[in-house]
Amino acid sequence: MREVLILAGREIAEALRNRWFLAAALSLGGLAVALAFVGATPGGETRTAALAIAVANLSSLSVYLVPLLALLLSFDGLVGEAERGTLNLLLTYPVSRWQVVIGKFVGYLVVLGLALALGYGGAGVLVGYRGGSAEGWQLYAAMTGASLALGAAFLAVGCLVSALARERATAIGICIAVWLGLVVLYDLALLGLLVLDESHRIDQAMLGAALVVNPTDAYRLLTLASVDAVAAVSGMTGLAAEAGLGRPLLVASIGCWILAPLGLAVALFHRREV
Amino acid sequence: MSRGNDIVLGGAGKRYGARAALEGVDLRVEPGERVALIGHNGAGKTTLMKLVLGLTRPDSGSVRVCGVDPGARGSRELRRRLGYLPENVAFQGGISGRASLRFYARLKRADVSRCDALLEEVGLADAMHRPVRTYSKGMRQRLGLAQALLGSPAVLVLDEPTTGLDPVLRHEFYTRLDGLHTSGATMLLSSHSLAEIETRSDRIAVLRGGRLVALGTLDELRARAGVPVRIRLRVERGAAPRIAEMLDSPTALAHVNGCEIDLACPTGQKMPLLRRVADAGLAVHDVEVIAPPLDEVYRFFSEGEEQR
Repeated sequence: MREVLILAGREIAEALRNRWFLAAALSLGGLAVALAFVGATPGGETRTAALAIAVANLSSLSVYLVPLLALLLSFDGLVGEAERGTLNLLLTYPVSRWQVVIGKFVGYLVVLGLALALGYGGAGVLVGYRGGSAEGWQLYAAMTGASLALGAAFLAVGCLVSALARERATAIGICIAVWLGLVVLYDLALLGLLVLDESHRIDQAMLGAALVVNPTDAYRLLTLASVDAVAAVSGMTGLAAEAGLGRPLLVASIGCWILAPLGLAVALFHRREV
Repeated sequence: MSRGNDIVLGGAGKRYGARAALEGVDLRVEPGERVALIGHNGAGKTTLMKLVLGLTRPDSGSVRVCGVDPGARGSRELRRRLGYLPENVAFQGGISGRASLRFYARLKRADVSRCDALLEEVGLADAMHRPVRTYSKGMRQRLGLAQALLGSPAVLVLDEPTTGLDPVLRHEFYTRLDGLHTSGATMLLSSHSLAEIETRSDRIAVLRGGRLVALGTLDELRARAGVPVRIRLRVERGAAPRIAEMLDSPTALAHVNGCEIDLACPTGQKMPLLRRVADAGLAVHDVEVIAPPLDEVYRFFSEGEEQR
């Protein structure tokens, strides 16, 4: 455990120093503030709605931005060290390979968590300044937490890509493909299938399954559809319930997307020749 | 510390795909001994070091460092006693030299409070707070040396340790290694230059194409290589052609000018030749015996005896 924390500490120090953290926090915060204020207009003066609308808006933003930031943060972790020649030296120290992977993951998670806390936290304070209800704040905190969990899933995927790829360029390519595939193309393909499916062979359960296996959809359902106040403003009332997807299932989906890639990354990294 | 810190390779081999990077290498480095690995690029030096460091496992044979398999799961204790300086050592660029060294010290459970003194010793006291990316190659190499020395290692593995160092730093570097040698650390270092490691190693191991082709002290290698000794005579002006003719038969005449004669003398012919030089009488003013240049010994083994 000690080694994991030492390794995580180095990743945090490096991210804070090379301004990666600053860029991430600013882009998250800037977009969050802009969306929160622009999006607040239809809510009028209802106090609970102000934060609920912010949650709805920020969730839609997080779905794109958080996976991207997470992949950018983690893709370089192992393959970059191998390429720069720092990995050999590190592995001659009394650390296990799994500790290297987990240490990096934990470090990235802290960095992403800090960026989210600063970016979304700052925007939340600005929006809730006019007076957010306890329930509104709870929703907002839950959304930020869910965004971090989504980020963790993509950090794990980034670690897996980094353990798999032989070169940084390959790792970047795979990460872009993963992001496009899971975040953009997956839903488009699903939508296309539903439109083409005239004989209704895709039933509710199949659709539910298709949504739950993709972490970004699980996240969307978790933050937009499963809370009434947010579902009302995001137009997704009852969708999760209709698809038969309860919160535990959605949380489990994201949990699997964190643990499985991470486990695979550890296994691959153990077998990697350095 | 010098008890049991040996390195033993028994028929160790390693393949990368179809290519054999190392084949049947038997090498025993005694506790406190300094063995230098020499050979061309791709001869297997780095692979051998990786096996010793446990970075990779042998496909055949065995590797033991301080009696432990360095690639096994239980090698954590051993790793705490290992120091490694890779060729072209690199560090995370955004972090200061001091933070880097403290990071490695914590991982090794070495005394973190010793880091500043260690940085001072390698001449990085002024630069320790700067990010490593602003360091010159020599400074990075010195930081690399500092991390290799963390926790007073019992076994040191140094891969081309002086690349990028100027002669002054090179000298300081080896002085530092001498200190560690005195304290009983076992050392395995690689180099392209025999001349550089001549006085800094107890034995020399020559690798060629993944095989250990020679192992011994420098004198033993010299003798085995049979590279001719050079003898330079300074003679009376005008006497050179006459004396050269007189000495010619068993020895190859390398060079004659007005008052100097260079002779290439095969091993074992030196004394008979010197006797004949003495017979030449007063015409010979001076005799200089020049040992075979180390580079020639190196070339002999690294290019292959069969090619000669």
